[in-house]
Amino acid sequence: MKNIFQLVWLVPLLPFAGFLLNGLFRKKLSKSLSGLIGCATILGAFAISVALFMEVKSSGGQVVHLFDFIAVKGFKIPFDFQVDALSSLFLLIITGVGFLIHVYSTSYMHEETSDHFARYFAYLNLFVFSMLLLVLGANFVILFIGWEGVGLCSYLLIGYWFKNTDYTNAAKKAFIMNRIGDLGFLLAVFWMINQFGTVTFSEVFAKVGGTPVMIITGMTLLLFVGATGKSAQIPLYTWLPDAMAGPTPVSALIHAATMVTAGVYMIARSHVMFSAAPITMNVIAIIGLATALLAGTIALYQNDIKKVLAYSTVSQLGFMFLAIGVGAYTTAVFHVMTHAFFKALLFLGAGSVIHAMGGEQDITKMGGLSKKIPVTYWTFLIGVLAISGFPFTSGFVSKDEILLAAFEHSKLLFWGGVAGAILTAFYMFRLLNLTFFGKFRNTEEKAHHVHESSASMTIPLAVLALLSLVGGLIQLPHIFGGHPYLNEFLAPAVKIPGGEAEGAATTEYMLLGGTVIGLAIIYFITRKLYAVDAFSGVYEGFRKVLANKWYVDEIYEAIIVKPIRWIGKKVVLFTENEVIDWIVNGVGKGVQLASRQLRLVQSGQVGSYVLLMVISILVFFAVQFLFKK
Amino acid sequence: MKIEYYLYLAIALFCIGVVGVLTRRNAIIIFMCIELMLNAANLLLVALSKMYHAAGVAQNPMAGIDGQLFVFFIMVVAAAEVSVGLAIIVMLYRNTHSVDINFLNRLKH
Repeated sequence: MKNIFQLVWLVPLLPFAGFLLNGLFRKKLSKSLSGLIGCATILGAFAISVALFMEVKSSGGQVVHLFDFIAVKGFKIPFDFQVDALSSLFLLIITGVGFLIHVYSTSYMHEETSDHFARYFAYLNLFVFSMLLLVLGANFVILFIGWEGVGLCSYLLIGYWFKNTDYTNAAKKAFIMNRIGDLGFLLAVFWMINQFGTVTFSEVFAKVGGTPVMIITGMTLLLFVGATGKSAQIPLYTWLPDAMAGPTPVSALIHAATMVTAGVYMIARSHVMFSAAPITMNVIAIIGLATALLAGTIALYQNDIKKVLAYSTVSQLGFMFLAIGVGAYTTAVFHVMTHAFFKALLFLGAGSVIHAMGGEQDITKMGGLSKKIPVTYWTFLIGVLAISGFPFTSGFVSKDEILLAAFEHSKLLFWGGVAGAILTAFYMFRLLNLTFFGKFRNTEEKAHHVHESSASMTIPLAVLALLSLVGGLIQLPHIFGGHPYLNEFLAPAVKIPGGEAEGAATTEYMLLGGTVIGLAIIYFITRKLYAVDAFSGVYEGFRKVLANKWYVDEIYEAIIVKPIRWIGKKVVLFTENEVIDWIVNGVGKGVQLASRQLRLVQSGQVGSYVLLMVISILVFFAVQFLFKK
Repeated sequence: MKIEYYLYLAIALFCIGVVGVLTRRNAIIIFMCIELMLNAANLLLVALSKMYHAAGVAQNPMAGIDGQLFVFFIMVVAAAEVSVGLAIIVMLYRNTHSVDINFLNRLKH
């Protein structure tokens, strides 16, 4: 397997082929066939990714040159793939989790007609293709192609049920919010081209040292603007909860496991620049923590099962950015990985619940489902435990590391992180209790209808549950008999000056004890509050503010959307009615006026024609003669 | 004979032709004037061809011969034109009982 790197182009190309097949022949393909194409291409990509991962593990990474994408005088953008520890890990996450979600989708989307079914898989494959391009690209431009591609697929999939205006509006919102971030990213790339004359990662990073800190700070801030758009951070996070309009497996794949972590990947990839800009790092840490807390508080009082998970995703992404902000890049990547496991699990579990409830998403109308859909319940429980940080699950290990890294950096960030973790546990247990415990709060008919999902849905759930349980063990602290395998693996790609922080034994035990006690308290409180027979889901006072998401959407509407609309209206009135119409009508009038005069020449008198001809020839000769060089 | 004489004669013929076309209304006279202009050009071609031949015959026995070739072309074209033009004039006369070109403005109406 010496030349496995030469096969790297197959990794994104297989999903792309799946996209073409499903997209072009969607009217011809049967459901089972298009599902098979969708899953098989991702499985193929996964197989190659595993081989690549093994190769990177044993012999290190490599940059594979495919062809020159843009080559102009003195400036070249090669179409290169960078296969190293960081990207091969992301390859595994994307294709692995992606494959499970594809399998799950074949069952979840079964009620669609066959051409829409194929369209769904075409979009999903295109998304995987773009995401793979994003993590494989060896320069910022290739990364940006994938970056835009995933944004497009996110738009297409949120608006998958395009007959519903609310859904298409949510899709547009996601796209526009992403565009705002993308603009920042693009400006950063332009600046890089201007400053360094190259966009290739290794060349850019080599030149960071000799560049003034202010320039690096500017660039990294612009890159971070891009990350806030894609990874749903303050102030651009509002699209992600609305993105739940898409099918649930899409929410799991795109809006939880992969696409929204693109910002984390991008920053981890360009950590050399970010480490050189302390101001940016502080901004990232603060925004990450603020997002984690804000989204956490909102998630406390949401009644839509997917909205709770969406805000939880925003909050967890905040944690990742907090980790980045304190310089713990590998920890952020580790949290991306564990989050991909348990959040995909939770979303797929939620999808299974929604499926069982016949499309119902309101948790006030659920309850007592634990007996009725046991597989979903147990896997969902594991997901809840993992995200809440139950000891030795994946979420515990990664969040533990983030908090430790924050502790090393600043006590304030640490306590903020702890508050965020408590919020996480609280809203997740609330969700668990409202959904699975208490009494069934819906009609008799619905109760009769509730059923466990089919194997193609429960098997991915089981696999993800297993990963959520044990995924953290590769990074278990020494105290508990573990070893930071992931840090070691990532070390060649993400070099941290000074190394990662490892907490002292007492700190670790304190965190462990604190987590256990905290979770126990939260469990009993939520059990008492939410495992109930009747639940209205209506809130008063300050809780109403939280249930209404701090009115952020309304504030944006008032201070950004409305003024822009107003300006737009005025500009339309002016440019459209005054300027454009004036030009168009002016051209018409001018032609009319001129033709009225010129028509007189067309007299019909042969003599006058001949005279004009002779005069013209004379003028022609005169001009030739006068202006002869 | 000096070449200038030929040139003067050709210019004179051409100008007579132009003035005739511009001032006369009789289609047949205009036609004759057009022939005058064509022949002015022919005369010029022949004269200059002879001049170049005399100057360059030492190097190339065919020098300047192409000018005379053109003359034949022009004569053939003129003959064709005469046949078409006269046919038009005949049709004009049949329709208007006149060969005055000022009656030719009917396309305008």
